[in-house]
Amino acid sequence: MATTSITVAESPLVLFTLRRADDALVLGHRLSEWCGHAPTPEEDIALANTGLDLLGQARSLYAYAGEAEGAGHDEDQLAYLRDDRAYRNLLLVEQSNGDFARTTVRGFLYAAYIDPWWRAMTRSADPALSAIAAKAEKETAYHLRHASEWMIRLGDGTAESHRRTQAALDLLWPYAGEMFDADAAERGLIEAGVAVDPDALRPGWDATVNAILDQATLTRPSATFVQRGGRVGRHTEHLGFLLAEMQHLQRSYPGATW
Amino acid sequence: MVSLRERAWAAAAEVTDPEVPVLTIADLGVLRDVAETPDGVEVLITPTYSGCAAMNMIAIEVELALERAGIPGRVRTVLSPAWTTDWMTEDGRRKLREYGIAPPSRSAGRRALFGTDEVACPRCGSERTEVIAEFGSTSCKALWRCLACREPFDYFKCH
Repeated sequence: MATTSITVAESPLVLFTLRRADDALVLGHRLSEWCGHAPTPEEDIALANTGLDLLGQARSLYAYAGEAEGAGHDEDQLAYLRDDRAYRNLLLVEQSNGDFARTTVRGFLYAAYIDPWWRAMTRSADPALSAIAAKAEKETAYHLRHASEWMIRLGDGTAESHRRTQAALDLLWPYAGEMFDADAAERGLIEAGVAVDPDALRPGWDATVNAILDQATLTRPSATFVQRGGRVGRHTEHLGFLLAEMQHLQRSYPGATW
Repeated sequence: MVSLRERAWAAAAEVTDPEVPVLTIADLGVLRDVAETPDGVEVLITPTYSGCAAMNMIAIEVELALERAGIPGRVRTVLSPAWTTDWMTEDGRRKLREYGIAPPSRSAGRRALFGTDEVACPRCGSERTEVIAEFGSTSCKALWRCLACREPFDYFKCH
């Protein structure tokens, strides 16, 4: 790797923004891995479109994080020149695609959280974040509906699709809890009206998840253990492989453009 | 006497969407404003979707259009207020329909986002249509089919 990684001065606002940018980029990249491999052409297009929306959200967030940091880092540097320990995304979104059921469950658990989160962020006291939110919340509404329909179709489908979807739900469930964490850095932003208190979103998330799982004839896992660490850079093994592939070109050929 | 702002607007308004070439960025509501600056003009454009891949191309096309009109200027992308299909002009809707893409139904509230659309086939006009897939060839379109003439068609989603 030829290019040295950058170090970002993480003020609470920069950290908060980077975390959401990393969520969107990593999940968007995961979905792009399906391109050309999805079960049907329509689904291939749907996953690619969802990934593109997330990539667009990530770009806006990175641009703002760079501006808030004020050290001249642009969106490309933030995406391509940080190592896995400097990535701040949720462990949930970096989990590998697995089969279509696992990709569906991962997207559903995230969309059920992030759609109301963005809607609440439209009222952020920070005008740049509320502007990004006003675009993102319309996009995530589609993502949630699309994922919900597939949860029901797979869960209430064949014995095999039910088995795979329940297995994916059991596997990914411990990663969902991290979405509701807020550390000291974010507490200050929540009090200032810049950030949303994720705890306030939990009843709505529970209601959405329970309603869809019920229609999908799936069982909500009873495990209460939460696997966390992504927000402070302690990742599962999957992220390093993703970044190696995503960052390879810019690391080996610094500044390469189309 | 035509002002610099009006000339710049007219030049920028000629730029078409690379994905939907029958529509200009003025028809789409992507062209938001033109402001006179000490050294020329600043053209404000807004993306349809966060990840719209056409935005870079549109910005370059606007810069070229200004250059052809002999107006020094730059392009700036703004996110707020968020773009909505409500900004599409009547002329734009007609052009879309003639091109074979069903235009967005009026008024893009959250209810319109969800399933209550009645979409007329852009080829035969029948309202006996159904959705095939909610995502289409670009972020802004869904794939529909007409049950009367059996033709599949793109629908420009309410947003």
